[in-house]
Amino acid sequence: MAQVELDGIDRIFHLGDATVHALRAVTLSIEAGEYVAVMGPSGSGKSTLLNLLGLLDPPDAGVYRLEGRDVTSLDPDQQAEVRSRRIGFVFQSFHLVPRLSAAENIALPMTLAGIHPDERAERVRRALSDFGLDQRADHRPDQLSGGQRQRVAIARATIMQPALLLADEPTGNLDRATGLEVTRLLEALNARGTTLIVVTHDPAMGQRARRQLGMEDGAIFSDTRGAPP
Amino acid sequence: MRLADTLRFAAGAALGAPLRTALMALAMAIGVAAVVLLTALGDGARRYVIGEFNALGTHLVIVLPGRTETGGLGIGGLASSTTRDLTLDDAEALLRAPGVVRIAPLVVGDAEISTAGRLRSVYVVGTHADFREVRQVHVAQGQFLPDEGLHHGGNWAVLGATLREQMFGSSPALGALLRIGDRRFRVIGVLEASGQGLGMDMDELVLIPVSVAQAMFDTQSLFRILVEARDRDAIAGVKQAVERILQARHDGERDVTLLTQDAVLGTFDRILSALTLGVAGIAAISLAVAGILVMNVMLVAVAQRTGEIGLLKALGASSGTIRSAFLVEAGLLSLAGGLAGLFLGYLGAAALRIALPDLPAEPPAWAVLAGLGTAIVTGTVFGVLPARRAARLDPVDALSRKS
Ligand SMILES: Nc1ncnc2c1ncn2[C@@H]1O[C@H](COP(=O)(O)OP(=O)(O)O)[C@@H](O)[C@H]1O
Ligand SMILES: [Mg+2]
Repeated sequence: MAQVELDGIDRIFHLGDATVHALRAVTLSIEAGEYVAVMGPSGSGKSTLLNLLGLLDPPDAGVYRLEGRDVTSLDPDQQAEVRSRRIGFVFQSFHLVPRLSAAENIALPMTLAGIHPDERAERVRRALSDFGLDQRADHRPDQLSGGQRQRVAIARATIMQPALLLADEPTGNLDRATGLEVTRLLEALNARGTTLIVVTHDPAMGQRARRQLGMEDGAIFSDTRGAPP
Repeated sequence: MRLADTLRFAAGAALGAPLRTALMALAMAIGVAAVVLLTALGDGARRYVIGEFNALGTHLVIVLPGRTETGGLGIGGLASSTTRDLTLDDAEALLRAPGVVRIAPLVVGDAEISTAGRLRSVYVVGTHADFREVRQVHVAQGQFLPDEGLHHGGNWAVLGATLREQMFGSSPALGALLRIGDRRFRVIGVLEASGQGLGMDMDELVLIPVSVAQAMFDTQSLFRILVEARDRDAIAGVKQAVERILQARHDGERDVTLLTQDAVLGTFDRILSALTLGVAGIAAISLAVAGILVMNVMLVAVAQRTGEIGLLKALGASSGTIRSAFLVEAGLLSLAGGLAGLFLGYLGAAALRIALPDLPAEPPAWAVLAGLGTAIVTGTVFGVLPARRAARLDPVDALSRKS
């Protein structure tokens, strides 16, 4: 049983009279621990695919099984629970809460999940040191560099120890060196067993993944397994 | 999400937009302050009026001979053939009724009074030493009638202020001799000028011991008996006891009429209470307006924090968590505003008391609780719509917006 199984997924948006097939008949399976890069031109449906995998967006047709369970038919609260426990998101624009400190941003998923404050503090402390943010615990996002912000965001995405880490152009707002640093961080998490799915524009970065999905016009037109360096 | 975390998160969110928060809290504060201040004013007025009535002797039950169903002074009642006189013994018996503090019997008649060539006709009131307490009269010079019991009394006279002026002018009245009818009295006291009370002009009459007055007017019967109850609550019991005692003494005949000022006072109390409630209601409307403001400001907050809401959903927050976070935020703002309003209201009431020392402008407890409660409830109720809107946001849509 694959960790992620998509079967005939359609996602259609209506814009006025026009209908946009953001995803068409997407069938895909991803094993636990895989490192997948999703590539393709702008508007090809990459983000829509990632949102669907993250249960933020429902399909109009098809079945999505996560760890063997049909998650498309879950009610909203159950889906929230799955997002909380099994899925981590990293966004291009970081999406940190501006009024919260780095430590509080990292703790946010645990706070929302109702985890005891003592355990939160312990896990945040470990995450801060793992991600080289010890000195930044009390800094607010506007006091952090882009790379630091994305590290906070990744620490937040992984603090609940998700099985599936979804990153939508995580390096898109970073310079090359910082982007590489962030990519290495994500790869290290993948090396420890987390499934990593990264949307990227950058072919060089895409080639680092062990598997590349090429998308165009809402469909997967290529699925290659490149040899990692 | 834990309650403590929800509270902290909501408080943090509120403090994250200080201007918005201050505006909303101010609206609530004004509403609550209005409730507190206006009810303080209304209730103060009510208590002022009651206090004035109490000073007039509100605890009085006035016993008249004869029975009238209307409680007034109808001729029919007085003319009733079975009417027995009220006597001093009746008055004495009433002293033993529970809840009765003191009594003052009254005998009234008019007589010629004269001194040093001045002569005029006056009302003579025969009563007892306790009349001073019962009617709260104040002695300006000398003393009031001494307590010699109901059945005895010397030829002492206490003059009203105007009467003293007319009879004695600038010469001293105390100790002077005065002829009333065919008897000679010694002036032992002069009352303070006071004016009207219980239908008698206290300034123009002369007070003498009741037994002396009965002898002078050759009568056994009393004009009235003033019975002072312990307090307002005791009045009903005293009325019953007086009725019962006099009925027993008058061969089972219910031939007296009892009057109280309580009925009038009750009416005033009701009117002013209704008035207070009315102004409280009007002030509460300002709270409703504040509630609508809370709603709008919270809607703005939801719009401003759309990206954050999308993020919270992506991080696994359920709709319920998001809803309660926004509701708690609205509730906290209302509470803060309400408390600020209480402070302002009490401050205003204190200022009122300084400006109008006679008015006991204390906000009543019910109004304080109602004001604060309404603030929190309206704030929260009007927070429901924005909170639901937040909880229903589509996460993908929300995330794609700028936050
Ligand atoms: N919420 C939406 N409403 C309407 N159209 C949308 C919406 N989200 C995405 N689309 C459309 O779906 C297509 C795929 O979008 P997206 O998945 O964001 O592409 P990518 O991430 O590959 O650039 C685009 O044509 C986009 O305009
Ligand atoms: Mg995209």
